[in-house]
Amino acid sequence: MGRYRNVTILAAAIFFQILGLAIQIRRPAVGEDTSSNSRLIRLWAVSVVAPLEKGIVRVQTSASGVWHNYFYLRGVRQENRDLKDQIEQLRLEQVRLKQDAEQAHRLQALLGFKEQFIGETKAAQVIGSSGSEHSRLIYIDKGSDDGLKTEMPVMTPDGVVGKVLNVIDGSTSQVLLINDQQSGVGAIIEQSRLQGVLKGRASGELVIDKIMADEEVKPGDRILTSGGDRIFPKGLPVGTVAKIAKGTDFIQLTVKPAAMLNHLEEVLIITKRVEHEAPATTRASTRAAEILAQRLPQVPDKPVTPPVPGAATPKPGVPLGTTPNAAGKPTVPSAPSASAGTPAATAPNTGAASAPSAPAAKTTNNTVPGTVPAVKKPAVEAGLPTGPGLTASPQPKPVVSPTTPTKLATSPAATPSTKPAIVSKPATPDKNSQDAPQ
Amino acid sequence: MAVTYTSREQIEVYRFSLPVAILVPLLAVFLQAFIPHIVPAFSSYFDLPLLVTIFFAMARRNPVTGLLTGAAIGLAQDALGSHPIGVYGIAKTFVGFGASSLGVKLDVESVGTRLLVTTAFYVIHEVLYFLIARGMVRLDMHWSWPHELGAAVANAVLGVFLFALMDRLKQRA
Repeated sequence: MGRYRNVTILAAAIFFQILGLAIQIRRPAVGEDTSSNSRLIRLWAVSVVAPLEKGIVRVQTSASGVWHNYFYLRGVRQENRDLKDQIEQLRLEQVRLKQDAEQAHRLQALLGFKEQFIGETKAAQVIGSSGSEHSRLIYIDKGSDDGLKTEMPVMTPDGVVGKVLNVIDGSTSQVLLINDQQSGVGAIIEQSRLQGVLKGRASGELVIDKIMADEEVKPGDRILTSGGDRIFPKGLPVGTVAKIAKGTDFIQLTVKPAAMLNHLEEVLIITKRVEHEAPATTRASTRAAEILAQRLPQVPDKPVTPPVPGAATPKPGVPLGTTPNAAGKPTVPSAPSASAGTPAATAPNTGAASAPSAPAAKTTNNTVPGTVPAVKKPAVEAGLPTGPGLTASPQPKPVVSPTTPTKLATSPAATPSTKPAIVSKPATPDKNSQDAPQ
Repeated sequence: MAVTYTSREQIEVYRFSLPVAILVPLLAVFLQAFIPHIVPAFSSYFDLPLLVTIFFAMARRNPVTGLLTGAAIGLAQDALGSHPIGVYGIAKTFVGFGASSLGVKLDVESVGTRLLVTTAFYVIHEVLYFLIARGMVRLDMHWSWPHELGAAVANAVLGVFLFALMDRLKQRA
């Protein structure tokens, strides 16, 4: 026995470790939470290593802060000037993006989409890594004391980083990077809207496979989160297509991550997400169709004629494609477009070229609870670009309430050429709605 | 009589004080986790816990101590990762056992031997890790001979300096 003592002990050591492995990689039972079963040995190891890492990172950060904030200020003035210029450019871009966002909100409200917003984030500092090229994870200096939980998304301003894998203690957590082979992110290609699952490879590459070979994807296409994984909010940047490997049936995309996964210092953890339906009674709600209309060819400006009171303010419940006259009865607009009354969401060019009888600036608000005012504030007031051809069309807008079901109805006064319009019923009938045609 | 490639004088068995035996492996695991934060490529090429395992195993020249040291260091390294615990543990257990068994037969004090032994054990360690991770844990593994051989040589070079540094911590048994 003494002769084989060493080998016996080796076999025993290997056997127990294999047994341990087998226990860990068993298939989890249905409903079992695998994310919370942090091994005790893992807890011990991290508890020993993490404080050291935190201490060193703090000292390093302090020293670096003193150096960069008080001594190494070369080029700061020039940088300041550059940044001011950049701010000016970004302000201009912000105006444009704001309009796009408002338009998107309007369309989402029309379609009853649930919106997801990043409600709250926590900033954390990266204090270490797994130390192995086979396991791509990082340690951060925030934990349960800061409200962190497993599966919370982690990102940088550049893009998605990963998700919280384990909350070790009050001030330490493990983050699994998106390029780890255990990761999977629901992704969508921005241009083509193709969806897939972004996975990490053992080599650290990010790939999306199982994309049909006939789909059109090109290098440089942006990849965003699709929200399909229920972890990452939709629309966060993930990366860009770096390489396309074509197979017979499928293509595989290699993705260059947007975030610098190898040089992470600070990250943001999304601790709270807000999900709600886009409110339909927001100021922006009626402008979306106007914005869409403005982007299409316009007829030259016409002399502004004062509006007939009530003519440009259709009453709630009035079918689209009609405008109520002074008597409150619906009439067909003088020059209905081919798609008059079609919801903006489906026909963005509604009435774009139709001659406006009264400019938007002269229209008034008429908001009824549960409905969207058909015509809203003037373009100038609403912060929209104005100019020749940009006068908002008084084309009747869809009157849609997210709280009430919409139905298709044919305008009672419409000519046979008039298309069906969306009509909504107010959630609670009020006296205004009594005038509305049934 | 066992045939060895060393003279009786060269077969020295060393021991380490308890603080050294605990703190040096711990420091190696810590640095392995921390340095990639500053130098991201470090973890792709260097394995400090492996070098410490080889050093302790060869210096003690006791297979049981060697394999236990390897197992402990490997499990600690596993604990810092996301994969099931035991993959590094098993690989380093074998390396600890092999290095200590070899330490009895070879003069492991010379630079040349250390270079060769470290290169060989690095490759053995990576092969074992690859087989265990792929065969038992079903991980998607990537193998590249140029990378592994390059990393083996890099570790061996680093090991020569590191071993010389750690020689100062040895105590004659």
